[in-house]
Amino acid sequence: MSSGRAIEGSFHLTGGDFTNAGAASSELKSILTNLGISLAIVRRAAIATFEAEMNVIIHAVAGVMYYQVTADSIKVILNDMGPGIPDIGLAMQEGYSTAPDWIREMGWGAGMGLPNMKKNSDEFKVDSVVGEGTTVEIVIRIKEESP
Amino acid sequence: MNVRDIVERLSLEVKTAKGDLQREVRGCYISDLLSDVMANAREGELWITLQTHPNIIAVAVLKNLAGIIITNKRTPEEETLKKAGDEGVTIAVSQSPTFEVGGKLYTILQC
Ligand SMILES: Nc1ncnc2c1ncn2[C@@H]1O[C@H](COP(=O)(O)OP(=O)(O)O)[C@@H](O)[C@H]1O
Ligand SMILES: [Mg+2]
Repeated sequence: MSSGRAIEGSFHLTGGDFTNAGAASSELKSILTNLGISLAIVRRAAIATFEAEMNVIIHAVAGVMYYQVTADSIKVILNDMGPGIPDIGLAMQEGYSTAPDWIREMGWGAGMGLPNMKKNSDEFKVDSVVGEGTTVEIVIRIKEESP
Repeated sequence: MNVRDIVERLSLEVKTAKGDLQREVRGCYISDLLSDVMANAREGELWITLQTHPNIIAVAVLKNLAGIIITNKRTPEEETLKKAGDEGVTIAVSQSPTFEVGGKLYTILQC
């Protein structure tokens, strides 16, 4: 990739729209693959962004997934309007979920989403205002840091 | 061992037309939790599940899985099959419960 230039774009996400769930992450995965980014990095980005996309669909009303790819990193920011997260530390715990039964019957709501995002990111941040919404920032470095 | 071999040996019924039945199967992952599959399944594996809704296709595409086996006489939803067709994901169904399908597949993939 030519250095210095950023490739960026965004996708709209609609809460409750399970039919199109995953469309944004799949599209972003294709974009990253076509940029020639290594498979291992693309895989991590796919896991993290899909979980983040699903959280907007499951827990929020609407949101935007914004991405920016430079020669050094993939940055994805998800901004939603929704209930927000009262206790982020608790939400980050593996197995914690407020998803209702019908979501769990679909195999979601295992409380693994935020932990999966963190595990697959080099930098990971969650900000939330209860009653307003949540912002998730995922950064995955493309270049190995020089030793 | 490719997808077609496994379909034959496990007497599965393929529900999709466009998937790649020649694709090499590199293993199997069994789970009905989608985040668990996202975290732990590996590329080229078959995925055995009870889930029938369209999100399983997104998971299979993002993880680049070899295909999905739906067990216990369940049938995939209409929308799931449509998405599978669009994305070229193979879906096969089994009349048997997950334990039997997984057990047989384990034996087949070991040798
Ligand atoms: N975008 C969001 N808006 C509101 N709540 C959220 C959001 N993302 C996560 N949460 C809260 O954090 C919990 C844990 O999230 P996660 O680890 O992804 O598990 P799951 O989605 O399976 O419940 C959720 O059950 C929910 O209460
Ligand atoms: Mg989640």
